[in-house]
Amino acid sequence: MKEKVKVKEKFNWPVTVLLIIGLITIIFPLYMTIVIAFKQPSEMTNSVSGILSLPRHWSLENFKEAMRVTDFWRSLFNSLMITAVTVVLSVVLHSMIGYAVGRNKARNKKYNLVYMYVISGMFVPFAILMMPLVKQTAKLGIANVVGVILCYVVFYMPMNLMLYSGYLVNIPVALEEAARIDGATTFRTFWKVIFPIMKPMHATVAVITALSVWNDVMTPLVIMSGSGMNTLPLAQMTFQTQFGTNYNLAFASYLLALLPILIFYIVCQKQILNGVVNGAVK
Amino acid sequence: MKKMNNRERTFALMTIPILILFFVFNTLPLIQGFIYSFTNFKGYGSYNWVGLRNYADLFTDGRVGNSYWFTIKLALVTTVVVNVISLILAIGLNSKIKFKSALRGMYFVPNILGALVVGYIFNYFFTYIIPAVINMMGGEGTSILASTKWAWVGIMIVCAWQAIAMNTIIYISGLQTVPEDVYEAGSIDGATGWTQFRHLTFPLIVPFFSINMVLCVKNFLMVFDQIMALTKGGPAQSTESISYLIYNNGMSGGQFGFQSANAVLFFIIIVVFSVTQLTITGKKEEQL
Repeated sequence: MKEKVKVKEKFNWPVTVLLIIGLITIIFPLYMTIVIAFKQPSEMTNSVSGILSLPRHWSLENFKEAMRVTDFWRSLFNSLMITAVTVVLSVVLHSMIGYAVGRNKARNKKYNLVYMYVISGMFVPFAILMMPLVKQTAKLGIANVVGVILCYVVFYMPMNLMLYSGYLVNIPVALEEAARIDGATTFRTFWKVIFPIMKPMHATVAVITALSVWNDVMTPLVIMSGSGMNTLPLAQMTFQTQFGTNYNLAFASYLLALLPILIFYIVCQKQILNGVVNGAVK
Repeated sequence: MKKMNNRERTFALMTIPILILFFVFNTLPLIQGFIYSFTNFKGYGSYNWVGLRNYADLFTDGRVGNSYWFTIKLALVTTVVVNVISLILAIGLNSKIKFKSALRGMYFVPNILGALVVGYIFNYFFTYIIPAVINMMGGEGTSILASTKWAWVGIMIVCAWQAIAMNTIIYISGLQTVPEDVYEAGSIDGATGWTQFRHLTFPLIVPFFSINMVLCVKNFLMVFDQIMALTKGGPAQSTESISYLIYNNGMSGGQFGFQSANAVLFFIIIVVFSVTQLTITGKKEEQL
């Protein structure tokens, strides 16, 4: 009898239902954002139903206005560029130092020291670097996207070095020796043999670096605030005063800021989830 | 022999330039921050050496003390809340449910969104929606963000909303490492429900628990975006996090030197927290 019930109950429905109900906590803020973004200020009364009912007309006016006010395309371009360049530089440079350090740290004290030195950077909070970095980037003439990108490449180096040199343990040295016997230089061996093999780790590094850079506010806020340039999240802060009490305009802008990453997530959900888990667990 | 030298040289060439970059944008500013902490630098103009005075002042400055109390309270409470909810959620999402991958995908969404924008959205939620709901039910609705007593709860909710997504995914990957036959063996010995979790599941996922603890405490101690979006440190400086105070007073408040000392203290606290946590959880793992 018991056996029969077990076969019948393939799915745990009570838990499924509870989890679906729990989704309200995720969906409600997003629903609220969408509804408010499409409404006109005149439709917003002080009652809950006034705020949360569906808009009478699904008009794109708020979005057009928000794009104009926040210079959306330019902020989007800056965010995309900063993220893309940081990811490419991180994958190339961090895998390179990861390879050099990872292959040598077991037998060479110097490389082990380099490893410890860079990894300890993980404990340094941005708050302590922030003020000197502002001075320094200004002095070097890179208080702009360049400075922000260089900072990112350095900030994510400890984490990525750990991931890459950890991954290297799984790659047999014999592969490199074979390439060396064929006459390849060490750099060529890295670029033609090791770099392609590290592909799964590149995906992890790219995902976690991209997510953190895309959503980061503090670094561009302190370093490039004088340059008149915005990233997508930074623009939301910069234009708070211009939104004023026009929350419909503000929410249209917020939705525009969230949209790129939401689309990215829908398209490559699996890679993002894998990347985030790998990055945290390894 | 010559070939070996070439190899060594290539490795050095791969390492040194990147290392210099790291030094310039990490170690150098760290040293500078440390040096500034012994001055009365305002961020501009000339300055004098003041020795350890900034450090002595840190311990008598009410605003600094408040920010430490607020930040540590927020970090600890949020860490507990997040880990309890994440663990329950992960067990649910790891059981035999329908729409498993869709549900997992949905519950992860908060984590990919930018904290600042999420903060602005919740700001509206706390300021208008919640009071309107209370009014509807006949109460006198006010925003919790305007209350010196409760504003931190609002910040905690927003921090938790995003962190739960991340921690749940990590717990799920932990639960997947527990082999099915462990439960089978356990159920023969009569371990079900809470006993099963307490004595079988949890010990096996302790490594994932420690990852989550370290991630949580470190991220929440550095909380900034949520403060910026929700309260800007108010009301009456009751929600000023350490990072926010350093940013606010150091960058534009003319306290470059003093806040550098604050940042050094903050750095030490982060290191102490992380190292203690790692050794405690490291020991626990060894015992298993």
